[in-house]
Amino acid sequence: MLTAGEVSYDTQIPNNVGLSGDRRVLKALERWHPGYIDWWKNLGPEGFQDRMVYLRTAVSVDPKGWARFDYVKMPEYRWGILLAPQVEGRTIPFGEHYGEPAWQEVPGEYRAMLRRLIVIQGDTEPASVEQQRHLGATAPSLYDLRNLFQVNVEEGRHLWAMVYLLHKYFGADGREEADGLLQRRSGSAEAPRMLGAFNEATPDWLSFFMFTYFTDRDGKMQLESLAQSGFDPLSRTCRFMLTEEAHHMFVGETGVGRTIQRTCEAMREAGIEDPSDIEAVRALGVIDLPTIQKKLNLHFSLSLDLFGAEVSTNAANAFNAGIKGRYQETKIDDDHRLLDATYPVSQLVDGRIETTEMPALSAINMRLRDDYIRDAAGGVRRWNAMIAKTGVAFEMTLPHEAFNRRIGVFAEAQVTPGGEVISPEAWDAQRNSWLPDGSDGAFIQSLMKAESEPGKYAGWIAPPKIGIDNKPGDFEYVKLHEA
Amino acid sequence: MTVIDFQTEPSRYRHWRIEVDGEVAQLIMDVDEDGGLFDGYQLKLNSYDLGVDIELADAVQRLRFEHPAVRAVVLRSGKERVFCAGANIRMLAGAAHAHKVNFCKFTNETRNTMEAAGADSGQHYICAVQGACAGGGYELALACDHIILADDGSSSVALPEVPLLAVLPGTGGLTRVTDKRKVRRDRADVFCAMEEGVKGQRAREWRLVDELVSNAAFEESVLARAKEVARKSSRPTAVEGIALTPLQRSFDGPDSVVYSTLSVAIDRVGGIATIEIHGPGEAAPDSVETLQAQGAAAWVLRCARELDDALLHLRLNELDVGVVVFRTSGDPSLVAAHEKLLLENDAHWLAREILLYWRRVLKRIDLTSRSLVALIEPGSCFVGMLAEIAFACDRSYMAEGSFEGDNRPPATLTLTPVNFDRFPMSNDLSRLETRFLGEPDSLEAARAQVGQTLPAEQAADLGLVTFAFDDIDWDDEVRIFLEERASFSPDALTGMEANLRFAGPETMETRIFGRLTAWQNWIFQRPNAVGEEGALRRYGTGLRGTYDKRRV
Repeated sequence: MLTAGEVSYDTQIPNNVGLSGDRRVLKALERWHPGYIDWWKNLGPEGFQDRMVYLRTAVSVDPKGWARFDYVKMPEYRWGILLAPQVEGRTIPFGEHYGEPAWQEVPGEYRAMLRRLIVIQGDTEPASVEQQRHLGATAPSLYDLRNLFQVNVEEGRHLWAMVYLLHKYFGADGREEADGLLQRRSGSAEAPRMLGAFNEATPDWLSFFMFTYFTDRDGKMQLESLAQSGFDPLSRTCRFMLTEEAHHMFVGETGVGRTIQRTCEAMREAGIEDPSDIEAVRALGVIDLPTIQKKLNLHFSLSLDLFGAEVSTNAANAFNAGIKGRYQETKIDDDHRLLDATYPVSQLVDGRIETTEMPALSAINMRLRDDYIRDAAGGVRRWNAMIAKTGVAFEMTLPHEAFNRRIGVFAEAQVTPGGEVISPEAWDAQRNSWLPDGSDGAFIQSLMKAESEPGKYAGWIAPPKIGIDNKPGDFEYVKLHEA
Repeated sequence: MTVIDFQTEPSRYRHWRIEVDGEVAQLIMDVDEDGGLFDGYQLKLNSYDLGVDIELADAVQRLRFEHPAVRAVVLRSGKERVFCAGANIRMLAGAAHAHKVNFCKFTNETRNTMEAAGADSGQHYICAVQGACAGGGYELALACDHIILADDGSSSVALPEVPLLAVLPGTGGLTRVTDKRKVRRDRADVFCAMEEGVKGQRAREWRLVDELVSNAAFEESVLARAKEVARKSSRPTAVEGIALTPLQRSFDGPDSVVYSTLSVAIDRVGGIATIEIHGPGEAAPDSVETLQAQGAAAWVLRCARELDDALLHLRLNELDVGVVVFRTSGDPSLVAAHEKLLLENDAHWLAREILLYWRRVLKRIDLTSRSLVALIEPGSCFVGMLAEIAFACDRSYMAEGSFEGDNRPPATLTLTPVNFDRFPMSNDLSRLETRFLGEPDSLEAARAQVGQTLPAEQAADLGLVTFAFDDIDWDDEVRIFLEERASFSPDALTGMEANLRFAGPETMETRIFGRLTAWQNWIFQRPNAVGEEGALRRYGTGLRGTYDKRRV
């Protein structure tokens, strides 16, 4: 019997779920494993599969010291199955089963709902790996290359986590769904990934940083709300995934921050005062701040779409069933049932954006999105503090929630980043000042040149303040020349 | 609540008498006013409640098994000037909806059994009506093969439910008037909308009865008619019956009923009743004579009787049970041998009656408004008639191969000829024909496997089971299914299952259990019948029902 936090390495799959004693699930996972490795080799990071990468591997679920760093070839990474320790006497924290003991087995009546949520969450994990597979060729440094791979292998582990739940708790249907997770492909016309944002290309490193900052943060919010689940194995899985997810957000925030910082420094060095003098700034080989703002606008709005419709019966059902809670549910001071509560929801009424009180139960998505926006604003504040420190007169802003939306009540409207509803013609006229166009993309692409010397960084991005695992600046995070 | 017991025998009857004289039996309805199953009503004018019908069902059954030489049964009243006033109105007005529904279903099944006695077994029912024959009383008459009405200026037949009670003649009345007796629809409309009914010449002209006889010649004519019917019957003569001895049954606490060939275990939390049938422990009788000597002790008859009783018990006494799980255990080859003896001797009256009884029990399963699932597990004996139970279920789960730590033989399924031609459903098709309505090739593929012991993979390939799971998935899949089922609305499930079970052609039976019953059950919920001012509630108060006039 394993004690909480102890990770077993006696099976092919490191785990703290007693896999070696669970013949049924072990057999199922071992059957799934070769397909996963094939998927990783074919659709994982391109060109670096046989390189030694300095990666952290989860070896424990103890918050202090859960990871170990070492060189490993990615296909040999030990993707494990790790659940946060079981909380003794945990009860269902919301919905109609509020206060009942948390479920250790799938309740039959919610099986389909749970499976759907797990599959959707699971589908995003390999999708982002697929989206990012070409980025290795243009990494601005070995440090960044390593961070990309770290994110990739951990998304792979998160896929394992979801697949474990499918195999363990959802029988034959679960196995079928687990196979499906390897069959869909990001951007494929035949079998696309389930959510729109996960079929968009990640063409360059600024996109990657924006993605990890904004889109992975959606993932974080989804995990946070699933971590509240009354289905305890899902809750425990998501709680541990959040530990890893923090690093992805760190990669995003610091990546965007270092890009901004390098631009500001270059402007100061060249004596350029006007951030909107795009030609002059671009001539310095850095990405001008208005273009970074446009990239921000794009990724933020795409990520908001991931929260689904503002008013959603599915979300209400999942909450009421005790399957998917709210962000930090247990810290919210209310009845956790929401039978009579209301929540302000933005609506488009006669061409104006208005706030209406709606039943809180059906506005669960809206609330999570609001929490997301608050969470996402933190990094933007820190970027602005950094810009201010360099003396450049520019502020990054999050666009209005109605800007550039494809899903929800604003999908039909044209709204400026400031929140003004405008005509389709006015939108067309100004779109390119708010969202990146082909020439912006081409310019960014022109800067994407691989820097493969330890301690060196591409000219458009500043070095990090501190190395991974406290390694010195010239540490060789990826060994490109030896296998 | 008192448990409703479906077991009785003639010496305990309060409402019926059987008088056998050679080929003709008299089945006399003489309801004891004070013998109601529940308090609060008197069974006046030969009106009936479930208790009366339980005795009727028992009598009909005993006439088949205990009196095989009887070829004509005269159904008549033991009271003066009244045949039968139908189901007791005060009983209906006071009964819970579920009781009314199950009561009607059971009475319908019994009426079908009366018809089947003539059609399948040459034991024909003749109804001799003197006095008022109304509502359920006329429905009893309709279930007979021949109706004789006294032509005395007052004896009449009537279906007064609509004008009088704001409900339907729900025990097959509407259906048999048009389907069986083929009364013209406009005349049927007139007939069903009048309280007082129809008598004499018009009743015969409209085909509501077959024969009119004066009171003076009544006895004589009825007996003559009975003898004539008996003469035409193909039923064997001069055979001895067997005694339907009391069932071996014990209630082992509230959650368990143990019979000699099966047990019922109730999981209250899950709302699940598991019926586990134990295959025969002994070799099949070596001849049909031995079978006759064994009589009610023969496994194959015991099992049918006990299963029948268990189903009725669950239906009437265990309303919270939403799912019935069927399991079997035993030696498949022994089941096959016991069944084979019947098939090889189906010219013998008893072998034939037992097969016909299984047909009725299987229909009883079809018509049980619970989710039905067969679990075909290691050590089980789903062969022939027992396999047919799995085909009656909404789903079947079959275990693949051996289970770890379980030394019982892997689950198998065996088809026998009975699965193709012995047990038609109420749609007159076999369960496999109904199952494979859209794929006749599958039916032939299954037929080609008769006698083969089919493992799970093959049974699944042949489409004979819903799912096959190995021991890795078995427990979880079954648990999840049962939990999911428990989470759905019982009403929606009843409706869904009743619709999915009976694909294919309509018959009089399917119309009774589908159309007539569904409408009746809807009307039974409506205020116009059962509300405070509804006709059923107000019956006998002198006040008429007040109706919400909107059509729905």
